[in-house]
Amino acid sequence: MPEGTYCNKKPINTPEEVNFLLSDSSGTKYYEEMKLLDVDSELLASTIQKTMKTRLKTWLEICAHCGMCADSCFLYQVNGKDPKQVPAYKIQSTLGEIVKRKGKVTNAFMRHAMEVAWAQCTCCNRCGMYCPHGIDTGIMFGYLRGLLYQQGFVPWELKIGAGMHRAYRAQMDVTDADFVETFEWMVEEYEDDYPGLTVPVDVEDADIFYTVNAREVKHYPEDLAEAAVLFHAAGENWTIASKGWEQTSLAMFAGDWAACKMQVESVYGAMERLKPKRMVGTECGHAHRATVIEGPYWAGRPDGRPPVESIHYVEWLAEALESGKLKIDPEKRIQEPVTLQDSCNYIRNHGLKKATRTIMQHIVAPGYFIEMSPNKEHNYCCGGGGGFNGIGVFRKQRNRALLTKRDQILATGAKLVIAPCHNCWDAIRDLEEEYEIGIRWSFLKPLIIKMLIVPDHMKPVE
Amino acid sequence: MGVCIIGMAVRFVRYFLGLNWQLDRVAYRAHPAAGIKGAARSIYKWLIPFGTRGWRTQPVMTAAFFGFHVSAVAVPLFLAGHNLFLESKIGFSLITLGPALADFLSWLAVGCGAFLILRRLVLPEVRILTTWDDYFIWFIALAPFITGLVARYQMGSYGFWLNLHIFCGELLLIAIPFTKMSHVFLFFASRAQLGMDFGIKRGGMKGTKMAW
Repeated sequence: MPEGTYCNKKPINTPEEVNFLLSDSSGTKYYEEMKLLDVDSELLASTIQKTMKTRLKTWLEICAHCGMCADSCFLYQVNGKDPKQVPAYKIQSTLGEIVKRKGKVTNAFMRHAMEVAWAQCTCCNRCGMYCPHGIDTGIMFGYLRGLLYQQGFVPWELKIGAGMHRAYRAQMDVTDADFVETFEWMVEEYEDDYPGLTVPVDVEDADIFYTVNAREVKHYPEDLAEAAVLFHAAGENWTIASKGWEQTSLAMFAGDWAACKMQVESVYGAMERLKPKRMVGTECGHAHRATVIEGPYWAGRPDGRPPVESIHYVEWLAEALESGKLKIDPEKRIQEPVTLQDSCNYIRNHGLKKATRTIMQHIVAPGYFIEMSPNKEHNYCCGGGGGFNGIGVFRKQRNRALLTKRDQILATGAKLVIAPCHNCWDAIRDLEEEYEIGIRWSFLKPLIIKMLIVPDHMKPVE
Repeated sequence: MGVCIIGMAVRFVRYFLGLNWQLDRVAYRAHPAAGIKGAARSIYKWLIPFGTRGWRTQPVMTAAFFGFHVSAVAVPLFLAGHNLFLESKIGFSLITLGPALADFLSWLAVGCGAFLILRRLVLPEVRILTTWDDYFIWFIALAPFITGLVARYQMGSYGFWLNLHIFCGELLLIAIPFTKMSHVFLFFASRAQLGMDFGIKRGGMKGTKMAW
């Protein structure tokens, strides 16, 4: 059977197609069909011919096989230093082989490559910092994911995730109306405590255009209200958009580049429509990576920048605290050992290490903030990055991957972990569930709200 | 020599012409200053022994690596004998190494090379990556040193070993553009590219210098 009904090369584009794939619970039939899926070697070879330029070719060619990348990879370390987990081996034995064999690879090879691409690399890009030749294996795995996606060899959840973006322009089945309604409803819920709290929708020329992660709308709606409270407290002139509000991109994890483009163009469309001064995104790492760092290239913007200046939530928060727009009650600062998770996507890959540390200075009483080791650009992935968290079939490997972060956290002695990234937050929650080390974890917004000096205009009327 | 220089010049130019801003997702042309700064830093840091965290985390490997590479660059370029030959052919020569230093560096290259080959055989994480090509590259890299040393100590027929040494040297020069030995030049290209990536896209323009 070349193409299955569940597992095939065709992207899913409509809510009906999404629901059909979702009806195959855990992707049981999907993975069965995948075993019979044909490899279109000609398409594979011609795609490589068209898209593999000198950077990737040279990386594959000049790799000195020195093994210096081995220890940089947390998955190598956490899997008993298995040589098969050496980044250079992982990429040479998958992408390298596909290129060498000019796309003439078997179904079994492609399924193996799928496991390596999604369960043995989180695209954290740490190895790229340790290679003398400057070979960034994470980037090559991103490229390999694209080839695998095109051939239909992609984990079930990510095929659905990419389909969600195509069908809803959001990573979950959240419509534009759902988003606005949920935001408005949550703001109403908080209005008694914070008089005057509103959520401006589609206001043109605002100072801030706020974008979110769809799962906040679906599963953590209080996050939306918290964002509104903090913008309100800081006196910001802000807005959300009724269209183009989703900042994330599971399509990026899936390697569905066409869907990446569709998704990011919806956000850029909102920017062009509303002409805000800046965009601020929520506390999410990959959303920032997708919309701010990689998105401009998918959308074909030669300057590599989104239509308006776009910053991460931690940048806005650091700025608001530094400028005094938000004031913290010193008595209410965190007074227990606390550590911080550096998200690969905006720390290593966008240099924002100073912003998060500025925030720590404001919200943690002196002496209580403990850095992880290693940290900043050299920090390890949470263990669930690049889509790893969400892939059921690789759950066992993912749980093992969490051990690195568990041990890093244990070494700090902190019981509270601040994780300003949805993916890291999930991984840390899961590691607590799995290994029970007695920690709590939090985004920044709820912590800040607890210690905020509420300005007079926002105090509840007695 | 001509094959090597022309071959590498072609590869070097083709490397940079083959960079694609949209597929690489780096706006090379839009931000040349940030790109050049990032590229220069990325190359410079990695040329300094123990200059990066990568080098520092593997000190023995780093010492052997620099021991070999410093010799592999210095001896062929600055050996007195090579420069006498250069002088007689084109009437131009470079500064030269004293005989003791030249001997030391040649032995250092052979010693470090032997250590790095051993490392390749012993460490599982390196062994799994190793192919016959890697040993072939080591062979053509070390052969000029070994034959040169034999000739220098005048063991056996000097003329024979000198000719073999010249042959091995030619082989090495020809191999540079066509094999993994191309890293002699492409190291700079590849490091420059990742430096531009971090300098332009991944934090450089946020004012954060990559902590290599």
